[in-house]
Amino acid sequence: MSFPWAEHYTPKAPLMKWIDERLPLPRLVYSAVGAGYPVPRNLNYFWNFGVLSGVALMIQIVTGIVLGMHYAANELVAFGTTEHIMRDVNAGWMIRYAHANGASFFFIVVYLHIFRGLFYGSYKAPREMVWLLGLVIFLLMMATAFMGYVLPWGQMSYWGAKVITGLFGAIPLVGEPIQTWLLGGFAPGNAALNRFFSLHYLLPFVIAGVIILHIWALHIPGSNNPTGVDVKGPQDTVPFHPYYTAKDGFGLGVFMILFTALLFFAPNFLGHPDNYIEANPLSTPAHIVPEWYFWPFYAILRAFTFDFFFVPAKLLGVLAMFASILLLFFLPWLDNSPVRSGNYRPMFKKFFWFGLIPCVLILGYCGGAPAEEPYVMLSQFAAAYYFAHFLIILPAIAYFEKPLPLPNSITEAVLAKHGESVTGSQGLAPSAVPAE
Amino acid sequence: MLRPALIAIGAFFTLMLLYSFGSGAVAYLGDPPAATAEKEFHLHPKEVEFSFNGALGHYDRQQLQRGFQVFKEVCSACHSLKFVAFRDLQQIGYNEAEVKAIAKQWAIKTPDVDPATGEMSSRDPVPADHFPKPFANNVAAAAANNNAIPPDLSLMTKARHEGSAYVYSLLTGFQAQPAALLKKFPDSKTPEGLHYNPYFANLNLAMAPPLVADGQVTYGDGTKATVDQMSQDVAAFLTWTAEPKLENRRSAGLAVVFFLLIATGLAYMSYRNIWADKKH
Amino acid sequence: MATVEHIETAVPQAGEGVRRRDFINIAAVSFAGVGAVAVVLPLVNQMNPSADVLAQASTEVDLSGIQPGMAIKTTFRAQPLFVRHLTPEEIAKADAVDASTLRDPQTLEERTVDGKKQWLVTMGVCTHLGCVPLGAGEGENKGEYGGYFCPCHGSSYDTAARIRKGPAPKNLMVPEYSYTSDTAILVG
Repeated sequence: MSFPWAEHYTPKAPLMKWIDERLPLPRLVYSAVGAGYPVPRNLNYFWNFGVLSGVALMIQIVTGIVLGMHYAANELVAFGTTEHIMRDVNAGWMIRYAHANGASFFFIVVYLHIFRGLFYGSYKAPREMVWLLGLVIFLLMMATAFMGYVLPWGQMSYWGAKVITGLFGAIPLVGEPIQTWLLGGFAPGNAALNRFFSLHYLLPFVIAGVIILHIWALHIPGSNNPTGVDVKGPQDTVPFHPYYTAKDGFGLGVFMILFTALLFFAPNFLGHPDNYIEANPLSTPAHIVPEWYFWPFYAILRAFTFDFFFVPAKLLGVLAMFASILLLFFLPWLDNSPVRSGNYRPMFKKFFWFGLIPCVLILGYCGGAPAEEPYVMLSQFAAAYYFAHFLIILPAIAYFEKPLPLPNSITEAVLAKHGESVTGSQGLAPSAVPAE
Repeated sequence: MLRPALIAIGAFFTLMLLYSFGSGAVAYLGDPPAATAEKEFHLHPKEVEFSFNGALGHYDRQQLQRGFQVFKEVCSACHSLKFVAFRDLQQIGYNEAEVKAIAKQWAIKTPDVDPATGEMSSRDPVPADHFPKPFANNVAAAAANNNAIPPDLSLMTKARHEGSAYVYSLLTGFQAQPAALLKKFPDSKTPEGLHYNPYFANLNLAMAPPLVADGQVTYGDGTKATVDQMSQDVAAFLTWTAEPKLENRRSAGLAVVFFLLIATGLAYMSYRNIWADKKH
Repeated sequence: MATVEHIETAVPQAGEGVRRRDFINIAAVSFAGVGAVAVVLPLVNQMNPSADVLAQASTEVDLSGIQPGMAIKTTFRAQPLFVRHLTPEEIAKADAVDASTLRDPQTLEERTVDGKKQWLVTMGVCTHLGCVPLGAGEGENKGEYGGYFCPCHGSSYDTAARIRKGPAPKNLMVPEYSYTSDTAILVG
């Protein structure tokens, strides 16, 4: 695994040597995220979001375990124990707000991580498995976040559970039995709340497991980079530690500043007021919306307003919503362009920045808006583009596009950026390059 | 085989959606959605200057105590405050003995079980108790209030957009239905038993105006109890009941963000430092 | 958290530059460490009793209904609390014992409030392994010393709730309490 010039672990302290001989865990860590992992030297800040996603998961697991010590998954007391955490538990308000906003930040960094991969072609060979495992993590995250949002048993929790399980009710013939099975009843109640709590506690650890596979798969070809050009030799890489640990440390600081600013000064900004009303099965909120990170998908769900022959609009919406995520699994084979990085693909770049990004933002905005015009037709237009982008435009432009000339190597690209020629300082031992 | 199938699916969804978009746009332009009274006459909460507004504001303890008095003398007859305990009142400046007296003299008693007979009974609340509910259950609450259940107020200011200003606006917003509304929407006359209030989502509210006259409450601190003042005070009090840790949160936040700014500054310098002789 | 302990980059150029660089790296790592500790504190503290539990940490007991020779069992901090109205005979019996001969030497005076010797307030928790002793309820076995008897491992307490026989090491614990009136006490 990894490159031939990767450093090998040599224990310094006798204790580490003793451990390494019996359980080569230090060796594993060293080669995975230590000095033994050579990484392209030209990564930009968009490559920070993988590590930040891992940090966000850790925040969620730690705060979640703590909340689980005080929360009770029972429809009679769930809302009350949540308030008990907010009012009576020592620092409970801080821990709960961290968990609620931590979910949002987890999605923010994961979305940036995904769009980084989309733009720089990180899903292409030989990194297809990294991409597929990442999508599995994304699906697990969505399930976890949805079930977690049900737990406080507020109005939005309850009606969210009802609406989302209702999606399965759209499946012909078996839909209703499936919905009843999911809920353990005919409407969300104690049975649903308890199983959601159980699974909400379980899935983050499954995510952690898939993350290990994701990182393992990444270490076979090594990290992609902004040029998309393969690593050619030792001069193209730097060891992960200390170079990228230092950069990730800085990124983590910025992340924590933004996260704590929201947590301490506007903790309910991303939440919905209705979830501070206790669940009431007899009264539907005027406007049911999921959390913001589901808005684009929610907009696609609602964009189908016409039956197609014998297929009802409801089923179409459900199919389209699932399709909008599942199509990403086929992306490595839909986009045939041999060039990875969007920076060298003029047509792709235009469609990405002026098509995909605005349309996803429009979908997000419309998903959070009430289901009325003009939001519905806006989301129909944006959803049409979304499907066309991945399923028609990407396969098509691979044929028509004339990519820009690629640099011969990462080092050449880096030196060109600094206005130097390759021949001048090819070796690039640290001492050969004067400090900036 | 896979690619053509996927492209066909993409074409199907795209065409379906474009068709829906087209017909929706035609309908929207040709026949815009009808206006409703709720859309045209609903008002956003008024601007109010609260001491706790902004990122660093604090509660005004005097105001919270006045607001508590309004809650006690007016709201608590119908509205519960079930997530707040009497002991919590120490946070707004009452001492232990005062809290004990407030609990003991509270008009509504705490339900209990008679230790001798096992029958349901009630007793004076103690500081550890939460505020007892005015109605035993929702059925009783609905029966006593013309079928509308008075909501619990503990979290009211977090359960509405701009909650503090909303409570204030709602309490001061009762008025006669504007003639313009009736002229445009003749069917939207406020039904019997409801009360017109443009700050309420559907304009007609079951609650009768609770604060109607200046001096309805006599403040101990000499503040003039105008309807406006009482509304502001009770809105402030309900902001505290919904977010009692607001001040802890903001002061902790200042320390945390300050610390992180320094730490991140150092992390940046360290990062530049380590990369100093590496071009990237 | 990123740790930047071993910096292999700084090419030893000797002098001020290197030391300043090392200092910044060390400072950054130290800040990360301090931050990590600061995060742990609330996560540990949340396991301490919450405000509602602490609020119920005191119990008021009305003594007026307890006749001499009777005892009541109530709860204090979610554990049983015995309040016993001693008869003069029971007081005499307790005083007759030479405290210095006992396993846990204490006199009845030391275990009650001055002038209120007839009111014996103790936790109903056997000092052996935490069972609830018998003797507070009507008709329960008071043990051979007429006080309390723990059925788990046979500890016997006398009328001052002092350990007299059996494996328990200490007398039944007397909680902190005070008289709020002549006939009411506040425990805790």
